[in-house]
Amino acid sequence: MSRRVFEVAAGDLVARATELVATHRLATIVAHDEGERLRVVYTFLAGPPDDRVELVVAADADRPTVPSLAGISFPAGRFERAMHDGFGIEPVGHPALRPLSHHGHWPPDYHPMRRGAPAHPVLGSDDRAYPFTAVEGPGVYEIPVGPVHAGLIEPGHFRFSVVGETILKMTPRLWFVQRGIERLGEGRRPEDLLELAERVSGDSAVTHGLAVTLAIEEATGQRAGRDAWRARTALLELERVTRHIVDIGAIVNDTGLSVVHARALALAERLQRHGAELTGHRLLRGAITPGGGALRAPLDAPLYREIAERVADLVDLATSNTVVIDRLAGTAVLGADDARRLGVVGVVARASGIAVDARVSHPLTSGVTMRTSASGDVRARFDQRVGEAQDSLALLVRWAEGDVSDVVDADASPDGDGLGVVEGWRGTAVHRVSLSGGQVARWSVTDPSFCNWPALAVALRHTIVPDFPLANKSFNLSYAGNDL
Amino acid sequence: MTRDVVSLLQVVAVALGGLLLTGLMAKVRARAEGRVGPPITQPLREVAKRLGRESPRATAGRAQGVVPTILLVTTAVAAGLVPLAGLQTAGGAGADALVVVFLLLTGSLALAAGGLATATAFGGMGASRAMALSALAEPALLVALAAFAVPAGSLSLPVMLRHGLNAPIAMVSPSHVLAALALFIVVIAETGRLPVDNPSTHLELTMIHEAMTLEYGGRDLALVTLGAAMRLGLLLALLGTLAVPWGLATSSSPLALAGGLILVGVKSTVLAVVIALVEVHSAKLRLFRVPELLAAAFVVASLAVLVGVVAR
Repeated sequence: MSRRVFEVAAGDLVARATELVATHRLATIVAHDEGERLRVVYTFLAGPPDDRVELVVAADADRPTVPSLAGISFPAGRFERAMHDGFGIEPVGHPALRPLSHHGHWPPDYHPMRRGAPAHPVLGSDDRAYPFTAVEGPGVYEIPVGPVHAGLIEPGHFRFSVVGETILKMTPRLWFVQRGIERLGEGRRPEDLLELAERVSGDSAVTHGLAVTLAIEEATGQRAGRDAWRARTALLELERVTRHIVDIGAIVNDTGLSVVHARALALAERLQRHGAELTGHRLLRGAITPGGGALRAPLDAPLYREIAERVADLVDLATSNTVVIDRLAGTAVLGADDARRLGVVGVVARASGIAVDARVSHPLTSGVTMRTSASGDVRARFDQRVGEAQDSLALLVRWAEGDVSDVVDADASPDGDGLGVVEGWRGTAVHRVSLSGGQVARWSVTDPSFCNWPALAVALRHTIVPDFPLANKSFNLSYAGNDL
Repeated sequence: MTRDVVSLLQVVAVALGGLLLTGLMAKVRARAEGRVGPPITQPLREVAKRLGRESPRATAGRAQGVVPTILLVTTAVAAGLVPLAGLQTAGGAGADALVVVFLLLTGSLALAAGGLATATAFGGMGASRAMALSALAEPALLVALAAFAVPAGSLSLPVMLRHGLNAPIAMVSPSHVLAALALFIVVIAETGRLPVDNPSTHLELTMIHEAMTLEYGGRDLALVTLGAAMRLGLLLALLGTLAVPWGLATSSSPLALAGGLILVGVKSTVLAVVIALVEVHSAKLRLFRVPELLAAAFVVASLAVLVGVVAR
C-alpha cells in the first residue's frame, strides 16, 4: 500500500487530475505552509488493489494560487474552499469561491492555518450576508431552523424553502464549532496527536485514532505487532456495531416508536461497558498507539452473539410496524448518480448502491465483506446499518473465538509524510501527517461528514418538512468532525 | 346552588386530573419501554413551578398574552358544563354538545392565533397543521356526538345521558359502539397523541401542538400546559361518560357526587392507560396520512348515526 507521489507543475495539474478521477476518488486536498513556499497535496485513492496517488503542487507564499479542480470533481471544489479559508490559497477558476469554515467575525484576510497567524484574531462585525439561495414563487416560504435547537444536538442552521409541507430546497449553514484542532496538533510529538484525533468527533474515537496512527506509522516507519493489529481491528468493528445500533434506535425513534430506541440504547450501553473493560474508556479512547495497541480484557463471543440476536429482534419489532415502514420507505432518496457525483462515502454511499468501503479498497485485515443497497432512501440507510452491524458482530465472534484473520502489513519507506485511511462506521476517514524534526509540521483530518453533508440537501428535495428529522438521522453526520 | 358546586368540583377535578393523567401516560409509556420515567406528578410540579415566573413575550406579543387565558377559560367553562360527576351542572339542560365542541374549538383557534402572533416559522407551521387537522377532526367529533344523541333525540348532554342511564341495554347497540370508537379516534387527534402527534418529541419540524407553544415561557407556558392537560382530562372524561354513563350522580347528595367523581376518574384513568399502551406500539403517521385516519373516524361516526336512526 505504498503511496506514489508525483511533483506536478501547476499547469499540468488539471490534466493529471482529470486522468486520475476516472479511476480514483479524490480523498482530500492538504495544503502545507513551509515558509518560503506552500505545498498542496492532492490525494487520490482507489482499490482493490489498494492504490494511493498523490500529486504535489507548489505555490508562491505571497500570492498563492493553484488551478481549480472544481470543474472535474465536486468534492475538489469544497476542499479548495476549505483550503482558501485556511491558507488563503486561491483556486483559480473556482466557480463559487464562498467561505466555508471562514467565520464571519474574522478579518477577511485572516487565514488561521498560515504560519504566524494569531490564534485569536481581532474580531470584527459579521457584515457578510450568508448567501442562502432565495426560492421565489407563489406560496413559497422559508423556515429557518437552528443553530440552537429544541433538543440537545450539535449546532447547525438549516434554511428550508417550502411550499405547503414539501421541501423545494434546503441550505445548511454549518461551521459553528471550529476548534482549530488541526492547528493544535502542530508542533506536537507524533504520538501526542492521538488525544486530539480521538476527540475530532466523540463518536468516532477509534476511527480517527486509528487513522492518525496509520499516518504516523507510515511517516516514521514504525510497525505494530500482530496482537496490536487484532486489537485495532476489533475495536474498529466494536465502534461500528455500537454506533450502528444507536442509529437504528434513533431512526425508529423519529417515527415515534420510542420503545425501539429505548431498547437500542440499552444494547449500546452494554457494548459501551464492554468497551470500557477492553480499553478503560466507554468511547474506546486510549487503546491504540503508534506501533502498538492492546486490549485489557479478552473479546466476549457470547456477548456479541446475544447482541446479534437482540438486534435482530429489535429490527423485527420495528419493521413489523407498517407505519414505520411507510415512514422509512421512499423518504429522502439519494440517487446513485447524485451520490457518485457528490463523492459521497460510507453507509450513505453504500445505501445508494455505490460500492465504496475502505475496509475492502484499503484493507487492514481480511475477511471483511461489503454490502450495498440500491434504493437510497431512509429505509436503505436503515437496512445498511442493520446489515453492517450484523456483519461486524459475526466478525467479532470469529475473532473472539480465535479465528485470526490475516493482517495486511505495510511496506513502509518513511519520507516524513504519512497517510492513514480507515473505514469508520460513518465512512472513510483520511488523516495525513507531515513530520519535521520529530515534530508534527502539519496534520490534516478529513471526516466522512465533510464529504456527505452536501448530499443531505440533495436527498431532501421533494421530501416533506416533518420527515426532515428522519432523513437527517439516517445520514447522522458529525458537525464537529466537519468543522474541526 | 348545588349545581354550581358540581360544576366547580368538576373544573378542579379536570384540572388536577388532566395534569395527573398526562403524567400517568408518560409513566406508563416509560415503564412499558423498560425505562423508569418521570414521576406521575411531574406535569403538576412543572405547572406549579412556572406559575410563579414571569412570562417572556415577543415584542408584538399582545395576542400571545391573552391566548393562555382564552384557552384556559373556554376549557374550564366546558369542564363545568359537561355532566361528568353529576347529571345536573350549572348549565342545566342547556349543556349542549355543540356548545362544548365550540368552546373547545375556540381554545384551539386561540392557540393557533397565538402561534401566528409570535411571528416565528414554527408557530405558523404548527398553527397551519393544527388547523388543517382540526378542520378534519371537528366534523367527525360533531357526527360522533350526534350518534350518541340519536336515541334520546336531543343534543343536550344531560338529556342524552339520562336516556342512557335509563336504557342501559342501548350501550351495547352497534350505533353506540361505533360512536364510541369514532370519538376515541377524535380524542387521540384532539389531544395530540400518537399516531397523530408525538407528545414526547423535541424535533421542531415534526411538531404540531408543541410548535405553536415553543415561544411560550414562564406563567404563560404554565397556563397553556394546564389548558392542554385540562383538554385531555375533559375529553377522556367525556368519552368515558358518554360510552359508559353508569355512576353519574342523579341526585345532589354529597355521597352520590363523590361516587360520580371517583367513577369518572376511574373511567378516564382506564382510557388514559389504554391510549398510553397503544402509543407504545404506535409510530407517528406521515403527516399526509393523518387525514385518512380522521376520514375513517368520520365514516365510522356517520355509520353510527345511520345505524342509530334505522334502529330507532
